[in-house]
Amino acid sequence: MFDVDIRVLIPLFVALPLAVALLTQLAARERPGLAGLLTNLTMLGLVLMSCLTIGASGLYHLGGWPTPIGIDLRLDSLATLLLLVINIVGLAVALYSVDYMRRYTASSHFYGLFLLMVTGMNGVVLAGDLFNLYVFLEVAAVASYSLVAFGCAHEELEASFKYIVLGSLSSALILIGVALVYGITGTLNMAQMSGRIAETGMNAPLLLAFGLFICGFSFKAALVPFHAWLPDAHPAAPAPVSAMLSGVLIKAIGVYVLARLAFNVFGAGDSELSLLRWLGVLSMIVGGLLAAGQSDIKRLFAYSSISQVGFIILGLGLGTPLGLVGALYHLVNHAMFKSLLFLNAGAVEYATGTRNLYRLGGLNRALPVTGATSLVGSMSIAGIPPFNGFWSKLIIIIACVEAGFYGFAFVAVAISIVTLAYQLKVQRLAFFASLPDSFRDLRREPLLMSLAMILLAAGCIALSFLVLGGLRDPWLIGAAQETLSAGPF
Amino acid sequence: MIYSLCLLLILVGLYGVVASRQTVKIVISLVIMQHGVHLLLLLIGYRSGGSPPIVDPGQVITTFAGLSVDPLPQALVLTSIVIGLGVLALMVALCVRLYERYGTFDVTEIRRLRG
Repeated sequence: MFDVDIRVLIPLFVALPLAVALLTQLAARERPGLAGLLTNLTMLGLVLMSCLTIGASGLYHLGGWPTPIGIDLRLDSLATLLLLVINIVGLAVALYSVDYMRRYTASSHFYGLFLLMVTGMNGVVLAGDLFNLYVFLEVAAVASYSLVAFGCAHEELEASFKYIVLGSLSSALILIGVALVYGITGTLNMAQMSGRIAETGMNAPLLLAFGLFICGFSFKAALVPFHAWLPDAHPAAPAPVSAMLSGVLIKAIGVYVLARLAFNVFGAGDSELSLLRWLGVLSMIVGGLLAAGQSDIKRLFAYSSISQVGFIILGLGLGTPLGLVGALYHLVNHAMFKSLLFLNAGAVEYATGTRNLYRLGGLNRALPVTGATSLVGSMSIAGIPPFNGFWSKLIIIIACVEAGFYGFAFVAVAISIVTLAYQLKVQRLAFFASLPDSFRDLRREPLLMSLAMILLAAGCIALSFLVLGGLRDPWLIGAAQETLSAGPF
Repeated sequence: MIYSLCLLLILVGLYGVVASRQTVKIVISLVIMQHGVHLLLLLIGYRSGGSPPIVDPGQVITTFAGLSVDPLPQALVLTSIVIGLGVLALMVALCVRLYERYGTFDVTEIRRLRG
């Protein structure tokens, strides 16, 4: 296509949003509308760049220093997959924000923080050593703490405080883990580390470090015993931010890092993976059941995120190639449909001013685009056959059966049915039924918001073709195989 | 010995986060915990009687590496302190805003979210 050296692009994934984050603040002083435009152009650029990295892999030494001394940025097929997801969802969210954020004062600060969050997530995905991963993780996390509190109302501040306390706690656990691993292996570079761990095998201190990482990143991924902050933080944020948090943040700084550490760095055995399986199953059950009882539309989606991340972690915990393919596929799918659903919820709130399901109704007529796209999102997440969610859940369930975990397979099927139930509840209460009189003359959703939702809905439908052989092999199987082949990735 | 003191510091911080009811006290406990982790990181690179990790002119790099303490954890701690400062500033700002809204620092009274 283009004759670009991929290695030049790698640092730009971090540098470009970081630079523009600063630039938006300066530009917004002159022309307030400029911040949104700059953000959208940047996200478009990042999407194009991540398309260019498809099929490529490479290593970039920051400042030209060789591996053990300098900082590495690494690109492989797993990283490419995550980069595509982060930046495509990011583009849709940036488009959506242009209209949605008009209601807030100081929306230029929103764009700055949003770009910082993207910087952090791209950095986590590309980081080649454990400490830089921690630094980028904190960049993304700090930006997300302040985005949750963006509205400065009672609930938002409370949710943000809860989030920041639990987030700092988990970061401290992760830092202890980093310190331990550095003390044992004498290196922070993940490729070197995995080599040295493979030599010594898992001993007690390494096991402790692995346990600390599991705890820390389970907080970030909101797996069940560590999930308390998510149902508060995700609904409190403005809708585009909720979409970003639930859609990609918990995966980029939680699930991705867990997968990377478990398979590439520690080469986890079955006893360690069983921990992941149980965490996954617990999240699936608790998240799913709690979601069914919610009346706040965004809170329902937040609990549903916990449940769906449980599916992903269960797939990872199986440790088989098929399980990993299912997990990665479900990760990509969930990023698409959950961010779509949060944008739908935002459009509903934007038009009607309420998120309570029992006060809504008949919105299919008032908000046709939101209604249609949310139907796509709901059917995808519930696993109705032609849509993407069906295929990824099917692969995870088959992988469970193949690995001999019949109980887990049964739970996965049962929770899929629960998912269908609460999605039907949303559809019936909010979009079908009859339109209350107070909503007779609602305005349609603005153009850019519709465009963002249609983009993500199209993404959901397009992703269902990923199950076909020609597309599946290079994308999912490639990433899964590269992840499973331990050693220097 | 010193390692266990670090662990103690971390646990004191953790206890503070779990047990205190005041938002400001929770923030202080988190800072204590963070610094416990920083001390742990520094200790890992420490060598008793080691020289500061600065190369003298004319010194051979291998003898230098045999004498000095490990400079890498020090760089890490410096970075981590800066991150910690950013998070601390945000937390304190949140405490102030929470006090403006709820009129209290007591977390048991700041409970609008449930379910």
